[in-house]
Amino acid sequence: MRLTRRYRFAASHRLHSPALSEEENRQLYGKCANPFGHGHDYVLDVTVEGPINADGQMVDRAALDGLVRRQVLARVEYRNLNQDLTEFARVVPTTENLASLLRDLLLDNWDLPARLAHLRIAETDRNAFELEVGRN
Amino acid sequence: MLITRKAEFSASHICANPAWTFEQNRKVYGPDANPNGHGHNYVLEVTVEGEPDPVTGMVFDLRELKQILNQEVVEPMDHRFLNREVPPFDRVIPTTENIALEIRRRLEPRLRAKSAKLRNVRLYETADLYVDIGAE
Repeated sequence: MRLTRRYRFAASHRLHSPALSEEENRQLYGKCANPFGHGHDYVLDVTVEGPINADGQMVDRAALDGLVRRQVLARVEYRNLNQDLTEFARVVPTTENLASLLRDLLLDNWDLPARLAHLRIAETDRNAFELEVGRN
Repeated sequence: MLITRKAEFSASHICANPAWTFEQNRKVYGPDANPNGHGHNYVLEVTVEGEPDPVTGMVFDLRELKQILNQEVVEPMDHRFLNREVPPFDRVIPTTENIALEIRRRLEPRLRAKSAKLRNVRLYETADLYVDIGAE
């Protein structure tokens, strides 16, 4: 069985690679390369997998919420991903890279009996990025 | 090929173990343990797997699926207090997980009788929390 909980956070980013010229960045990232960055209301779906416990629940909601709040939301909410997260000092904060970072932040501190199975981040209603997490 | 049909029902419930104190229940279930119950607009998505019939072009008749969902889920559960009116929730705690399991238990024989393969039951308790159960 899988259980999915949805969280939201607002953050800004700029897609711009120092390895590319201004023209190449503009071609590759379009408006996302605009120099001062821009923001999204990201929607993060965290899916966990496991058996149901004796209390009829797969995972303690408050424990899951607490973990996501401490490890993810506290770091990204109302932040500029490029400037406020050291992980993105040299890595372009595409939502693909953000998904991988959030997976690592969660897994490094995972203390729940159910396992992390899947992450989905929607940047807008029109684009979403999904990451299946292997056995851990 | 997968086809999914959605159904909705509104119901109230309490998540509490009668053998525990109110404080213990509040710790495990949070506000879901409040003694007089509360309600949700549950959203159910039932996914059936199969190949389109060469004559009808359909994996499964969606009208028939709607009728089964109405008979097994919506009619017995809509506008009901699950703990008091819908067995087995007089003795099984109606967490989202347990409601989804009960729905799958009710649907599986009905679909099997029609040679349809139940692939997934997804039950949303709120827009921000849902469970998925693949078929056994």
